[in-house]
Formats: sequence, C-alpha cells, structure tokens
Amino acid sequence: MGHTEAHLIENPVPSATKQELITKLSRVLDSECLKYLEQDLKPFECDGLSAYPKVPMLVALPTSEHEVCEVLKICYENNVPVVFRGAGTGLSGGAIPYEKGLLLVLSKLNKIVQIDSVSRTAIVQPGVRNAAISQASAKHKLYYAPDPSSQIACSIGGNVAENSGGVHCLKYGLTVNNILKIRFATIEGEIIEIGAEGLDSPGYDLLALICGSEGLLGVVTEITVKLLSSPERAQVIMASFDDVAKAGRAVGDIIAAGIIPAGLEMMDQKATSAVEQFIGAGYPLDAAAILLCESDGADEEVANEIEKTIEVLKKAGATKIEVSRDDAHRLKLWAGRKSAFPAVGRILPDYFCMDGTIPRRTLPMVLERIAEMGTTFNLQCANVFHAGDGNLHPLIMFDANDKDQLRRAEQYGAAILELCVEVGGTITGEHGVGMEKINQMCVQFQPDELSSFLQIKKSFDEKGLLNPGKAVPTLNRCAEFGMMHVHRGEERFPDLPRF
Amino acid sequence: MYIEGKNASLIFQDFRDPNQKLSMQDMDSIILDLRDQLAKAKESGETIRIRGGGSKDFYGLSKQGKTLETTALSGIIEYEPTELVLTAYAGTPLSEIEAALSQNNQMLPFEPPYYGENATFGGCIATGLSGPRRATMGAVRDFVLGVRILDGNGKDLSFGGKVMKNVAGFDVSRVLTGSNGTLGLILSASVKVLPKPEVEKSVCFVTSEKEAIVKMNEIAGLPAPLSGSCFDGEKLVIRLSGAGAAVRAGIERIGGDGFNDQNFWNEIKEQQHPFFRKTGTLIRLSINSASPPIENEQTFLEWNGSLRWLWGSRDLDHYQEIAKARGGNASIFRSDTTCTEIMKLSRPMMRLQEKVKQSLDPHGLFGKNRMFKEF
Repeated sequence: MGHTEAHLIENPVPSATKQELITKLSRVLDSECLKYLEQDLKPFECDGLSAYPKVPMLVALPTSEHEVCEVLKICYENNVPVVFRGAGTGLSGGAIPYEKGLLLVLSKLNKIVQIDSVSRTAIVQPGVRNAAISQASAKHKLYYAPDPSSQIACSIGGNVAENSGGVHCLKYGLTVNNILKIRFATIEGEIIEIGAEGLDSPGYDLLALICGSEGLLGVVTEITVKLLSSPERAQVIMASFDDVAKAGRAVGDIIAAGIIPAGLEMMDQKATSAVEQFIGAGYPLDAAAILLCESDGADEEVANEIEKTIEVLKKAGATKIEVSRDDAHRLKLWAGRKSAFPAVGRILPDYFCMDGTIPRRTLPMVLERIAEMGTTFNLQCANVFHAGDGNLHPLIMFDANDKDQLRRAEQYGAAILELCVEVGGTITGEHGVGMEKINQMCVQFQPDELSSFLQIKKSFDEKGLLNPGKAVPTLNRCAEFGMMHVHRGEERFPDLPRF
Repeated sequence: MYIEGKNASLIFQDFRDPNQKLSMQDMDSIILDLRDQLAKAKESGETIRIRGGGSKDFYGLSKQGKTLETTALSGIIEYEPTELVLTAYAGTPLSEIEAALSQNNQMLPFEPPYYGENATFGGCIATGLSGPRRATMGAVRDFVLGVRILDGNGKDLSFGGKVMKNVAGFDVSRVLTGSNGTLGLILSASVKVLPKPEVEKSVCFVTSEKEAIVKMNEIAGLPAPLSGSCFDGEKLVIRLSGAGAAVRAGIERIGGDGFNDQNFWNEIKEQQHPFFRKTGTLIRLSINSASPPIENEQTFLEWNGSLRWLWGSRDLDHYQEIAKARGGNASIFRSDTTCTEIMKLSRPMMRLQEKVKQSLDPHGLFGKNRMFKEF
C-alpha cells in the first residue's frame, strides 16, 4: 500500500465547512438532534475508555433509520468521517469521536419493534439496552443469552459492533451466535438486509463479518436476535483453592468430565480481597484463588450437574466448596464477580483492564509471568478470568497523576498482550481493539493479513470514512510502532522505507 | 498431555495412522507445492476448483476450473480435549476427526453430513453444511475459531485462532466457512468441540404438518435439552440429548410415543431417508420456523421448522417468492439437470458479495461460478 493511500484511510478530511454541514444536516434532523456547540459536544468526548478524549466536530442523534441514511448521505458526499456509537460503554475506545468528523449517536433508536414468542425472536433497534431485551421477553419465559457485564447500560447495536460475550458465553456463545438478521446502512446511505428469519442465508456469511467489525463497515439500524427459553433453575458453586495453578487445572478437569457449565469464572486473591472490602460478597480471604461455577437448565439437570461438578472439584483439591442456597445467595456470589472492576478501582485511582485470551492449559505459566512482570514494572495486578473460555482480565493498578506510573502501566499492559499472543492466544477476547490495542494488532497479525483486513474495509467503505484510525492499523502505523512480528520466517514490511 | 513450566513445550497425542504418517515438514512442502500450482494457474489465466474427497461434488452451480486436490494435506495438528479445540489440515478425512473426538467422548457439535465416505474436514468447513443438531447447538460457522488459507495471491494467511473468544480483526474465518472454495484455499482450520451427551433419546408424534409446526416451535421454547427435530410427512420426531436426568425430565415434559431412533438421525443427516432418495431438483428453504405449511407441496421439515425441503417442479424464482413471504430464502441444493442459478440475492447484496470476493481473491482464481452465476 502506498503512503498516500494509507494517509487517506487514516486521516480523512471533510470537503465542506462546519457551517455548511450544519445547514445541510439541519434539513434532515430536528434541532435537538444535531449538536454543534462546544458545551453540547463535550459530553460525547469519550466512551468507556476515558484516557484519550476527543471532541467531535458534530454530533447527530437521528430518530429513525431514514434519518440515519440521510445523515450518512450528507457525510459521504462531503467526505465527513463518521464514528457511530450506542451507549458508549465500550472499553477499548472504539467509539472515541474523530475531531474532524461527525459522531452518529444511535441512542434514540431505542424501540423493541417486535417480540415473536412462537419463533422465539425479537426485532430491536440498535439503541435498545441489552438487559431490556431479556426483561421484555421474560413474560414469555424467554431471554437473550449474551450478557456482557455492562448489560444494564450497553446497547445491542454496540454488542453487534463489538461481538460482545459475557459470563455465559462458554455455553451460549457470543453475539455472532445469537443474532439472525440485521438491517445495515452503508456509508453511502443505502440499506442492505443481511441474514434472514431462517437460520442461514445464501452467499457469504456477511453477518459474521459485520459482527465485531467495530464500526468500520457500516451502521446497524435494526437487529433480529434469537431468544432462548429461560432456564428453570440456576445454581452456583464457589470453590476455594490454596494455589492458583490448582484452580486452573480444576477448570480443565470440569471440562474433561464432560461438563459445560453456564458460567465458569476465576478470581485471584488480589481480586477477591478487593471485592470483599468493597461489597462483602462472602468470598474466603485465605484462598489463593476461587472458582465460580454455574449450572442452569431443568431442575433435574442442574441437580445432577452440581453433584458431578462438586465431585470433580473435590478431586482437584478444592479446600472449601459452597453451593448457593437460593437465588439471593447465588446473586450475592455473582455480585462480587460483577463488581470486581470498580472494587479494584478503589485500591488505586486508575486501572487498565486487559482482555487477552489464552489456551487454558497455559494459565499457570501466564499467571506466573504476569506476577514476575509486576515486579519488573513495580505495579500491582489483580486477575479476574472467564476461566471456561480462557479470557483473562488482568487489572493493572496505577495512579495516572504519576506520569511514570502511567508509562509503566502502559508497558505492563502491552507486555501482557504480547505474552497472550506468544502462548497462542489473542490480544482481545471480547473488548475489541478500538484505539486501545491498535498497536498490538501489529504483533498479532502479519502485514499480509492486515492488508486483507484493509481490503475488506475498502470493499465496504472505499473512502475510509467509517471510524478512521481504529481496529485495523495501516502498515505505516505498524512500521512506526516498530513491532516486529516475524511470521513463518517471512520478512516484515518489505515495501516500507526505514528511518 | 502437556508439560508445565516457564518454557513449556506442548506435547499432543498423535492421532495419525502410523503407517501413513507424514511430518510437518512434508505438510510444509505440500503447501509450497499448492502455492506453486496457484501461481502457475494465475499466470496462465486458469481458474482453480478446490476439491477434497469429492463427497460434495453435487453441491454448487458450476465445477469449472483446474482441479486442485487437498487430500494429501492430511492430519490432526493439535487436539487437547480439555481445551475443547481441534486443529487439523483440510484434507484430513472427517471420519478420522470424528474418531479421534469419539475416543475422548467428544464430538463436532454441528453434526456435519458426509454425503460420501471420503468427506474431508476442509470440505466440511468450505461447504458449511450442518446436521440435525444445528437448530439448537449451532452451525459449522458457530464453531470455527480460525483458518489458515492461501488467498487469491497465493499468500499464506491466518485468521482467528485456537482460542474460543477472539475479536481481533474481522471475522474472516466465518466468511471462509460456507464459501465453497471461492475465496481461498483452506489449508487448516481450528474448531471448538464439545463433550458427547451422556444419553440420547427420541420421541414421536403421528400428526399433520400444520400441527407438527406448532408442536416443534412449542417444544423449542421449553427448557428441555432438544437436539433434533424433523417431520417426514407422517410423524414428528424429536430428539433429546444430555445428562440422563435432563433427558428423562424433558421427555416427561414433552410427551409423545417412544421411538426407536437407531440410525434414524444419521439417515436424516445424510439424506438417506426415503424422502431424499429421489431424482429431480431438491429445493432447500431456510425460513421463519413458525411459517405455515407450503401449499400443494410435499415438504420435509427440520430444525424446528426453519428448514424445509421439497422436490421442485417450478423455477427458483417461484420458490424464492414462497420463502421470501416466510422471512427467508430458497436455494437449489441438488439437481440432476443443469441449473442457471442456485440462489437468489438482492442486487445491493450481490454487489457487496462480489466486493468481498474481490478483497480476498482479486483475480477471480477460485471457484468460478461455483456459487453465483455472476462470478
């Protein structure tokens, strides 16, 4: 890729002035749906990642699919970069605005269009909150399975953009496994339906391509999700271990016994002690690690699975096993896990939440290396872990007011992600690349693979207007970052000059 | 089996037949040879038709192009049962993979059809076809974690990975799944696998098609471990899989008569049921599961009613209209006559599909007209 082309994709510039754009957009949006004054723009400066705020040139809050298309047409014609977002809870900075662009906020598209209790589907607009879908379906004894921890606030459009998971995805899958169809606006403002009410559609699986595309390919304006029958019963086991490696092995043992729990989480001592001080979930403070293992389904099924799991955990050397007595107790045990991030946030003012996934068997080695690195970088790190599917969330604690701590924390985080790649894993399991991990993409992928991503991006968005500078780095960026990923002995960036 | 420690090296059980064992170096030289063949084809302007065991030769619109066989590229690369992940070369016989999984009481959750004993792992991924378990467990695309391919420029690329959660980069592995060899040459793939259920039992209801559709959807909405459903024109058969207690409780809740399902679901999966043992044009309709019966047609239902088969006497437009009215699509699955098209896409969708094709195979090297009449 030539330098000019890379430049175009990374730094698009509008061909009209701000005033001209306001005039054009005012023709398709009501005045309260278009923001252009500094004080009105400021609240949109970041998403769930607050480290890199940017104030957009304009904010549009369309109220219908038609308005979305009209806004996109104006942006396309005038070469205006577009970043779109829902609730703005993303953790990787995927929805951080572009200073010379328009932020398309989809929160007003918040209607549940239809719930079909017979074919067990719901049609929703992108601004609908994840949890609201399950709440609305509950009267039919149905629910929407993917449950990211931010589910009370995050919106389903963002879930599609990020391919969000949750604590139950080992058994029930990610967003990509739980949606049937989307209506999708291209950057040209054209609507395309992808997927169908049936389980598959002819042609290439573009639904999978859009899911997790982090706003680089188009704007999702309506989603048809699958609903599942609500489990009759759910019960959780809390198992304590005196050694982190033993807890790690117990996870493998559960799966080897043919059990796929609904949720399987692990926390180390730093995380549990933070949680206990914060909300008092009843976690044992003397355990080196705890496992939370949930079973759900029909009554008999759950009783059977819990019994089998306890047996495995005992054999694996659990020092203490507690089973939830009732739903209140179950929710209390989960509340601790769900508040792990804010709990850690109370120890030191700032933390970075990493999101690598590793082959599960490498867990003891990876945790050991993370601890060693903590000594090297002189920082503390607590570990929470979606153990069932190998998704690790090390929480690096620091004080951002101390510039040296911030620098060390960034280096520590990068080193952890590179370790994940080294052991055969990935830099992001569920939070997305966004802005935060864009440099590590150069570690995970070789230049030819990144070029394929850029070609795919181009096939949807030739001008490079959608979410510029996120998720997929240009080869120039990787060269500047200076990360070498030698893949099967091939030389890296052979076409690029070096300085 | 694995060794722990800082410099852990991983040792995996070797499932390959010792008499035919080829080393990783052999595989690398086979891959280099495939790359050479692609380069030569590209130079001479030929197109390539990728073929594994040939069990799904019937599937697709056109089979033109120089045949490139993948069967030499064979063997399970990595399989550690507690990771629930298996990685194998494309030419590995599907039977070898299922045998290795079976030894560890695990399975491919999407229950892939073979349609011939030579079926390969690569063909299973490339065609993306799934069996009766699909409606509740998911399709091939739901379990593919990563692929290594040669793209239309002969470049050796890897997408996705060997871990269950991975959102780095576009999900190219799932796009390759079901692309029928038209986007790139799959060299190897990693899939998520699951434990085999402890118990499987089926029940049946003798009923009408209309009643069967209602019943299928009703059962699918119950908290029961459903793993298969079909209506063959006379009876609705429901399969439950899971722990003994769960299956027992499910059957109690669902009702129906006991049904001896020995080989029944295999016949459904392999299309060996008498309904499928005919000649003509087999139409596949993927539609809303609760759609009413299709009038004046004899249909075979699967996947809780969302998959319907019929032997067509009219053109594809006619069936597409029927499917469209039911929220889905019609396609030609197999035919003993020459077809001019096998699927219908809207014009903007077709444009997008063509652009995606060009982004991975810019010179149109792979599978000309295998899927679409347009390219």
